[in-house]
Amino acid sequence: MVVMDLWAGHGGVAYDGAGRGGQAAVAYGGVGHGGVGYGGVGHGAVAYGNGAFDGAGHGAVGLRAVELAGSWNDAVIKFGNTAGAIAGFLAVLLLVFFAAGRATGRFARPLAVLIFLGPALLLVLVGLVVPLIRTIFLSFHNDDSTRFVGAANYNWAFGNDSIHQVLLTTLLWLLIVPVAATGLGLALALLVDRMRGQSVYKSLIFMPMAISLVGASIIWKFVYDWRDTSQSQIGLLSQLAIWLGWRHPPNWILSQPLNTFLLMVVMVWVQTGFAMVVLSAAIKAIPDEITEAARLDGAKGLRLFWYVTVPMIRTTLVVVLTTVLLITLKAFDIVRTMTGGNFGTQVLANEMYSQSFTQFNVGRGSALAVLLFMAVLPLVAYNIVQLRKERASR
Amino acid sequence: MSGQPGRGGQVDSGGGTDRGGRADSGGGTGRGGRADSGGGKGRSGRADSGGRARRSGWEANGVRAGRGGRQVKGGRPGNGVSAVRKSFSSPLASLFVVVMTALWTIPTLGLLATSLRPKQDVADTGWWTVFTHPHLGLSNYHAVLFEGGFGVSGGMMPYLVNSLAISIPATVFPLVLASMAAYALAWVRFRGSDTLFFVIFALQVVPLQMALIPLLRLFSHGFHLGALTVIPPLGTGNSYAPVWLAHTMFAMPLAIFLLHNFISQLPQDLMEAAVVDGASHFRIFRSIVLPLCAPALASFAIFQFLWVWNDLLVALTFAGGTPDVAPMTVRLAQLSGSFGGHWELLTAGAFLTMVVPLIVFFALQRYFVRGLLAGSVKG
Repeated sequence: MVVMDLWAGHGGVAYDGAGRGGQAAVAYGGVGHGGVGYGGVGHGAVAYGNGAFDGAGHGAVGLRAVELAGSWNDAVIKFGNTAGAIAGFLAVLLLVFFAAGRATGRFARPLAVLIFLGPALLLVLVGLVVPLIRTIFLSFHNDDSTRFVGAANYNWAFGNDSIHQVLLTTLLWLLIVPVAATGLGLALALLVDRMRGQSVYKSLIFMPMAISLVGASIIWKFVYDWRDTSQSQIGLLSQLAIWLGWRHPPNWILSQPLNTFLLMVVMVWVQTGFAMVVLSAAIKAIPDEITEAARLDGAKGLRLFWYVTVPMIRTTLVVVLTTVLLITLKAFDIVRTMTGGNFGTQVLANEMYSQSFTQFNVGRGSALAVLLFMAVLPLVAYNIVQLRKERASR
Repeated sequence: MSGQPGRGGQVDSGGGTDRGGRADSGGGTGRGGRADSGGGKGRSGRADSGGRARRSGWEANGVRAGRGGRQVKGGRPGNGVSAVRKSFSSPLASLFVVVMTALWTIPTLGLLATSLRPKQDVADTGWWTVFTHPHLGLSNYHAVLFEGGFGVSGGMMPYLVNSLAISIPATVFPLVLASMAAYALAWVRFRGSDTLFFVIFALQVVPLQMALIPLLRLFSHGFHLGALTVIPPLGTGNSYAPVWLAHTMFAMPLAIFLLHNFISQLPQDLMEAAVVDGASHFRIFRSIVLPLCAPALASFAIFQFLWVWNDLLVALTFAGGTPDVAPMTVRLAQLSGSFGGHWELLTAGAFLTMVVPLIVFFALQRYFVRGLLAGSVKG
């Protein structure tokens, strides 16, 4: 430990400290140092956070030589670190379990609660609760958080024209994307299950869920690619427009306000499959007796759909809507990748990121984050009420 | 399944699907091979909604899983449902689905086709001409993986490695820790455990943006009380640890909520029997809870893996942009700027980032759907 600490200062080494536990496993595994044991110590940090963070940077030893040997070695080292970290983590857990499992008597129960719940609570506390409070605190301070400025950041957010534009665009996203995705998903859920080869259709429509929003953005950026009409088009949309007789289609990404809607298409494209799958399950869960009874009473077609199916899946509809809404509210990947927030497409989530991490206006960024939080607060309340209701009915 | 029309079941039935712990537990139970203990237990009070949720779980998966659901129901493919569907049946409806599927697939196909075409072709003609002039190769992938180019040094290889090195631990850690916490909340009851559960549940919706700045400061500066260092700085941009930690933290509320839904439904008799036999909580957790929860754990693992792999925000904030730590999504976002018009490279890069999640998705779709139905809310 002492020897290794000497190296702790050399932060410049490329893979320095990456997954301390693992590195130890790789570097010292054979030395009888107990690669796993050491990894375990590093990992206590993740699990129990009691001072085990001192591992940062130990891995530098022994890695220098290997580092030069190219990317394959690099990959091997990284995977070694990762595997070591996981092994160390599990080993520590097993040890703790073994030791604590022997405890008997008065302390057995509290000890169990502490060990089972402690790590998770600590993570939630350090990772979410404290930052939450801290962000609210920061939003009332100036950009380097040295001076209390009252509501100045909020005044800026509400008084600034460009932020108005951002808020308006965000609102448009929130209104259009969830409704469009849920509507399309519902239509598909109703229609697709009757078709032959439905699983193929479902899989294909569902597939965008597996793609990152960055990937999806690039897929669609390519679709929207535009060239002067003297050249042949390589973007599908422009070519389609020309085939359909529009001789000079605009440069899609640059034309406001059309571009905002084109960006929304990407989000709808990703979320529709999700809505379809969840709603399809909900529709199938409607008891046959109910629809049959309605049918005997003469309900048909759209009426049956509107007065029986929709009320029966109402809760699921709300969940799908709110889920898509939440994702839409927080997703900044699409705007960032496709336009960088330029050309009038900026949304709140991306503005918050660029205020905080590119322009280092921490106070303003925090204020925007708080606004985001305020927007979801009603949803939290709604969710809790729902959960209580459900628990009470158990 | 005593469907009494008109009773509060309307809300319930939806609830069954949405709080999908149940939908999940339903499907999972069947598959987990303890259909007897779960199903037989009756759970008098909510046998109804549970049963229905179970069906939904089965059905959604059954559709793809060799129609297991249909058989369970005795070959009755849901008259009522089909009645509703029948009224939507028309060639027009089929056309709508086919057109939608085409619209949903073609952009990705275009990307794939472009990534396989030579540079000059990509620059001169649209990818759809590939059907008349097929001329494909893997050179773009070689270039983007190992060479870079156009002001971009180095390939994507290190980022691919980083993506894996970030995603796997960031899946394992929350999975283990959350299942432990869920077990404690469900079976080691103590004062305030219900309230605690509600608080954790509510935290699901907190925007990540709220936590980024303070967490970044914590990781880069550590935490000090006066002269005393409580948490030493971790440093960011040169180690995976901050990214792992951040993902683990952010995943916790949803993971605990989902797994709690499942774990709390394990049969009480089994737990009591284990306690009577003198098993400690640790023993019960390891030998009873974990094996029985395997399906739920698998669902969540897939969910979390895809989430972490596809994440940009957390990675961008805590990993920086260097090949040392940054995953592929970060790199791809950078390339999107610097490769500009070089679509042959950008598309190849984009498809590279999609390969792993697509494999996971198509191979394990069944479990993924189950996880999705289990908790349609991801913070």
